[in-house]
Amino acid sequence: MISHHLPILQVIVPLLAAPLSVFLRRAALAWYLTFLVSIATFLVSIALLERVMTGGVISYALGDWAAPYGIEYRVDAVNAFVLLIISGISTVVLPYARTSVASEIDAGSQSLFYTCYLLCLTGLLGMVVTGDAFNAFVFLEISSLSTYVLVAMGAKRDRRALTAAYSYLVMGTIGATFFVIGVGLLYMMTGTLNMADLASRIQPIESNRTVLVAFAFIVTGLGLKLALFPLHLWLPNAYAFAPSAVTVFLAATATKAAVYLLIRFLFTIFGTGYDILGLTLAYLLMPLAILAMFAASTVAIFQVDIKRMLAYSSIAQIGYMILGFSFATVTGLAASLIHLFNHALMKGALFMVLGAVALRKGTASIDSMRGLGRQMPWTMAAFVAGGLSLIGVPLTVGFVSKWYLVAASLESGMWPIAVLIVASSLLAVVYVWRVVEAAYLSDAPDGRRVEEAPPSLLVPTYLLVAANVYFGIDAGLTTRVATRAAGILMGAGE
Amino acid sequence: MSDATTLALTIVIPLIGAVLIGLTGRSPNLREGVTLGTASLLFLDVLWLFGQFQEGAEPAVVLREVMPGLALALRIEPLGMMFGLIASGLWIVNSLYSIGYMRGNREGHQTRYYMCFAIAILSAMGIAFAANMFTLFIFYEMLTVSTYPLVIHKETEEARRSGRTYLGLLLGTSIGLQMVAIIWTWIATGTLDFTKGGILAGRIDEVVVPALLGLYMFGIGKAALMPFHRWLPAAMVAPTPVSALLHAVAVVKAGVFTVMKVVVYIFGIDFLAATGASRWLVWVAAFTLLAASIIAMTKDNLKARLAYSTVSQLSYVILGAALATSLGVIGGSMQIAMHAMGKITLFFCAGAIYTATHKTEISDMDGLGRVMPFTYGAFLIGALSVIGLPPMGGSWSKWYLMLGAADAGQLVMIGVLMVSSLLNVAYLLPVVGRGFLAPAAGSPGARDPVPRAVGAAAAPGLVTGIREAPALCVVPPLITAAGCVALFFYADSLYRLLEPITRP
Repeated sequence: MISHHLPILQVIVPLLAAPLSVFLRRAALAWYLTFLVSIATFLVSIALLERVMTGGVISYALGDWAAPYGIEYRVDAVNAFVLLIISGISTVVLPYARTSVASEIDAGSQSLFYTCYLLCLTGLLGMVVTGDAFNAFVFLEISSLSTYVLVAMGAKRDRRALTAAYSYLVMGTIGATFFVIGVGLLYMMTGTLNMADLASRIQPIESNRTVLVAFAFIVTGLGLKLALFPLHLWLPNAYAFAPSAVTVFLAATATKAAVYLLIRFLFTIFGTGYDILGLTLAYLLMPLAILAMFAASTVAIFQVDIKRMLAYSSIAQIGYMILGFSFATVTGLAASLIHLFNHALMKGALFMVLGAVALRKGTASIDSMRGLGRQMPWTMAAFVAGGLSLIGVPLTVGFVSKWYLVAASLESGMWPIAVLIVASSLLAVVYVWRVVEAAYLSDAPDGRRVEEAPPSLLVPTYLLVAANVYFGIDAGLTTRVATRAAGILMGAGE
Repeated sequence: MSDATTLALTIVIPLIGAVLIGLTGRSPNLREGVTLGTASLLFLDVLWLFGQFQEGAEPAVVLREVMPGLALALRIEPLGMMFGLIASGLWIVNSLYSIGYMRGNREGHQTRYYMCFAIAILSAMGIAFAANMFTLFIFYEMLTVSTYPLVIHKETEEARRSGRTYLGLLLGTSIGLQMVAIIWTWIATGTLDFTKGGILAGRIDEVVVPALLGLYMFGIGKAALMPFHRWLPAAMVAPTPVSALLHAVAVVKAGVFTVMKVVVYIFGIDFLAATGASRWLVWVAAFTLLAASIIAMTKDNLKARLAYSTVSQLSYVILGAALATSLGVIGGSMQIAMHAMGKITLFFCAGAIYTATHKTEISDMDGLGRVMPFTYGAFLIGALSVIGLPPMGGSWSKWYLMLGAADAGQLVMIGVLMVSSLLNVAYLLPVVGRGFLAPAAGSPGARDPVPRAVGAAAAPGLVTGIREAPALCVVPPLITAAGCVALFFYADSLYRLLEPITRP
């Protein structure tokens, strides 16, 4: 009985818990509630993925209003996989957040923090689970608005968080508005908002100019949300100044949900048969993705603040995700989805390390890392592991991502792109190794010694490190789900 | 115990060893005991496998399927058996030497050192017994990463710079070129299993074969084909036992071993010979071979000279592979074993000299041979083997390489090999000559011996009488020098071990 309602439970549980958290007032209680809710959403998403992999698409009519008139929640291998990433990361981040938030945010506003966190989680899960274009917009806004608040909460540590949140607010709102304009135009032309319905009704009128404009608005709007180069300007500051736990959560999930939505619109709604889609992929998204890989990685090399460095690295990694599906092949899409998952693991682990460093040193600049290899051996070992994964060394998830990306490009006969992929990953060697050398081969600046990070930070970090290695050695789950999802997106059906 | 378990143990034993070394770090004697125990166990394990293999068994094990169709799998074949025996056998000798050297020079971070060493050996075992190119690549990268802490061991600015070169070149070539080559192969053929006769024939456009070969050959940076050889001299900043086992045996041999594997089991000798795709490689290898020898002559630092000598000697193996004839492949494969034994001896000696006198430059070593006769004796034997003179093992690999060159109709290469041998003489023997014959620095003449006590007080660099390095630094080179001689007389069994790889 309850299993029938899984899709809505995925969203409704965190949504209802959010206001509850305000009433709890006390930070500890709010944390417990949030953590329990997060575990619940994680279990739901596991169950959903399980059912999707064995039984096929799940369609859920909200309030029993039949689609396409009512809102439909539609879960297939594609979004079940993304749901798993988001809820899983959230569940690992929360134990970490407890200590980290306590040190970075006033006691009085901590319960509000968890409220916003829950809303953000709701929004991200919602925009992934829904099969309705307008509903996706609603959830996109829920997640965005709560994210602005979360980023601004970094102001206690550094006032610049406020300007970071503000510029994110401006850019994010433009993005969301563009998106909703696009959806509105599509509604005007087709009279429906249901994604599956949209897909079938767009086909006959696909060369209509209004549909083209809608397409452009949606791609640009989502491009802003997912920090597609050169629409990424909000991201470095938002990541650098947000509270550490928020950075971990955002870096591992927020852009992923937006990437998912873009893939969904491009491949499910507009469809691979759509002429303009092929052109956009080949002449717009692919060049931008490659530019992102190189430009953002190069900028990352010169960052003093390591949080910013990793933020730029994220922009480059988003380039890999875009590059994957821009091949418009099953392998390419699978590469994108695999990297979605893998990047969440590696960036999650790396940002967690920086949070631990920030807790002990107050900042995460390259200078503060000097000599840390001896003072915080476990923390820095986690950084090395995460860094190797980012570079794509075998036995880590990064290697699996790179393998699929290169395979996709060679399969499409685009070997120069394969060379570019590996060349750009060498830039990652440079920026990761800067930190490694600072931590292990430089002497600590004079002054106080710092202790190792507390277990409450180390355990979640090592959970993610272990996941980096585990899914690097046994990539069966990720590759199986991603390949199946890619098949669905390319129209192979179930 | 089944064959599969024994094979998996070659990975598991060093892994457990590394963990135990980490745990026993507080008690150096116990820690070194663990290292020696692990090394001995591993060697016994490999010997046991060798026994089974000689009886016709082909142990194989699948450790894990990483991605669909791509498994971490081990399987024994002749080349890997040889490499496994060399690496695990020399690890024991090298561990003894390490203890003498690291304690003799009071090096720091010894726990990290022995741990990384065990992991490096683990990687070498993985490379030796890999059943497919995917597994080989994984252990290849692991070897790079695990040896990085050994290269930067001293943690000085120089070590840091060398570490960058090391990591940059090795990761750069392997990720930038080799990985692309492997994925290309995977897409073209749908398999990466090492198969007799190769997997590429008929599955790839013949026009692109030279390009694919190039991606592999330059991508295997550990084989130090010019222009990607700079990492090897850079790695000499590491403590000498690291240079001895890793940068004369495990790491560089992993490189040329991979070259052999790729040529024999991915391309297939016949396919290469038929397409002529490796003709360009013959010339690149010949160039590297000569150029590195010439550079070696200009180096006064003993380890730098040996490093360039290694670059040169590695190209013998690549040359053997590039000739694409049975005899060339056999000669190249033999060279892996022969050069390993010879070069580790030379490095052991260099380290013994450093431990006893703290000298690194050849021009400072005049007359040292009379002070350290055992060390210099071993050096002489090692040098003769590297040059390729009988009765040292090195002569056989040169012999087969020349036969291979003749077989392939590449007469120029016979000339190249001869010139190279002369160059070897020119840069290796003067070291011995100066050691035994030149008057010691600071003394007016060798005929005018200064009384020992006075001499030591008056000129610190001047010592007379036999004053060797600690026994643990001197015995290992004597053992490996004896090995060089033994390999000359037992080359036949090596030939019989390797011969099956050339049969389709």
